[in-house]
Amino acid sequence: MSRYSALSIFRNGLSGQKNWQRAWRAAEPKPAYDVVIVGGGGHGLATAFYLAENHGIRNVAVLEKGYVGGGNVGRNTTVIRSNYLLDGNTQFYEFSVKLWEGLSQALNFNVMFSQRGQIVTAHSADQLDTFSHRANIMRLNGIDADILDRDAVRRLVPYLDFSETARFPIYGAILQGRAGTARHDAVAWGYARAADGHGVDIIQNCEVTGFVRDGDRIVGVETSKGRIGAGKVGLAVAGHTSVLGQKAGLELPIESHVLQAFVTEPLKPLVDHVVAYGADHFYVSQSDKGGLVFGGNLDGYNSYAQRGNLGVVREVAEAAIALMPCISRVRLLRHWGGVMDMTPDASPIICPTPIDGLYLNGGWCYGGFKATPASGWCFAHTLATGKPHPLIAAYGLGRFRTGHTLDEAGAGPSAWLQ
Amino acid sequence: MLRIECPCCGPRDHDEFRYGGDASVARPAHDDPDPEAWYRYVYVRNNPAGSHREFWQHVTGCRQWLVVERDTTNHTILSVGFARKRPGKCPYE
Ligand SMILES: Cc1cc2nc3c(=O)[nH]c(=O)nc-3n(C[C@H](O)[C@H](O)[C@H](O)COP(=O)(O)OP(=O)(O)OC[C@H]3O[C@@H](n4cnc5c(N)ncnc54)[C@H](O)[C@@H]3O)c2cc1C
Ligand SMILES: [Zn+2]
Repeated sequence: MSRYSALSIFRNGLSGQKNWQRAWRAAEPKPAYDVVIVGGGGHGLATAFYLAENHGIRNVAVLEKGYVGGGNVGRNTTVIRSNYLLDGNTQFYEFSVKLWEGLSQALNFNVMFSQRGQIVTAHSADQLDTFSHRANIMRLNGIDADILDRDAVRRLVPYLDFSETARFPIYGAILQGRAGTARHDAVAWGYARAADGHGVDIIQNCEVTGFVRDGDRIVGVETSKGRIGAGKVGLAVAGHTSVLGQKAGLELPIESHVLQAFVTEPLKPLVDHVVAYGADHFYVSQSDKGGLVFGGNLDGYNSYAQRGNLGVVREVAEAAIALMPCISRVRLLRHWGGVMDMTPDASPIICPTPIDGLYLNGGWCYGGFKATPASGWCFAHTLATGKPHPLIAAYGLGRFRTGHTLDEAGAGPSAWLQ
Repeated sequence: MLRIECPCCGPRDHDEFRYGGDASVARPAHDDPDPEAWYRYVYVRNNPAGSHREFWQHVTGCRQWLVVERDTTNHTILSVGFARKRPGKCPYE
């Protein structure tokens, strides 16, 4: 694989852009691998890359039933932040932001990580107090956080509703300056290319339909391209963890739900930050093409249909206009849905499973894109050593039995409320 | 949009309803001392890609709790009935 550089751009420019190498090989499956990763989304590809890069395990395949980037990694609203409250989350997501900061260099692929800052508005004195609590916890963990009063918010984001008639007046906000967004497809492509560069086979159009066992141990997978042997199998299939888990005999605390995202027609630069509405579920950023990219709540009932419904379009539009009246006449270009695992505490599950040879990376709920580098890093460690990486110690399956749940949203054990 | 045929009120937009989750999980007996049974009741879900029996309450209509059988891959509604007529006890009553 030749590296991208200023010189390679120059050279390929001179030959009419006709000699670029493809970004990764179109691999066909070998009979067996040391590690088989199921799911060619961001997490599966990152895992494969760090298995090779950090642990020297290169006899690895990533099996993807569709095409690389066709799942949630290419459907999300790309918000990256580490403004978490609970021990276990705080450190993990901050580790991820640190990896994001060096990712384009590490992958030799521009993932367009843009640290434009995230502002979450507070709409009561109490809410601003809880944000101060969160900011203190973040700072104690070495994470940047600022509390803004109303005037400071108004200076940064004057287009929000600061009028007398605002339904929920803005009291202040919490700002994480290092938060931001990245180009989601580039993340998938960058990890795919870098993993391929280490010899990892990325096999598209290859659906895993079952597992091969030797006694109690899983020693391979059945796929639409035949049987593939594996020393270890890692699942990273986002919203489809239950479907595959059941085939392996895993009972999981997971429901699949649809989350929608929205893009408007392109506008001139307006939104410099990621802005989240503290009074309802709405958040927005502006893409490099000018479209406002935003999202809100889950559709709210179990679903494997990779599309949304209009009820949520209305709810999200209402919240959008309550916060940003100036966009009331902007046209919506597109909206789409992604199927996500929802856990009863809205935190992920990354761990070895009770089934020998099977490892799990799932349960990502709304926020798994920002976790992509750290998730891949820690899952690779877990697969390589058989033991959870210290940063994911809190994300084991056992936490639901012992009561050590990590419920950031404080919404209890109903997945659709998280 | 889903359209749920309420046995009291007729076909209504699903925005009139509140979702209540998987209707196939059975609550352990009140005095069941087995933590495993409670763990499974609170947390473990089948989460099928296909037919799913689930609770919906008609909050802005008759306020009845219903059991709706729905295909989670395409939202086809296969049956609707009163939750109180279902076998086993409804946890929301
Ligand atoms: C609308 C929306 C907005 C979001 N916004 C954000 C955000 O702003 N910030 C954030 O941090 N997170 C966000 N998320 C969450 C984030 O996108 C996901 O948590 C994360 O991308 C999931 O990991 P992944 O990238 O590996 O999943 P995916 O890209 O979905 O990868 C899983 C892959 O597994 C494949 N697969 C499934 N079954 C099989 C099988 N049997 N065999 C082979 N392959 C299989 C799928 O085809 C898929 O490609 C959002 C999600 C959605 C849907
Ligand atoms: Zn009714």
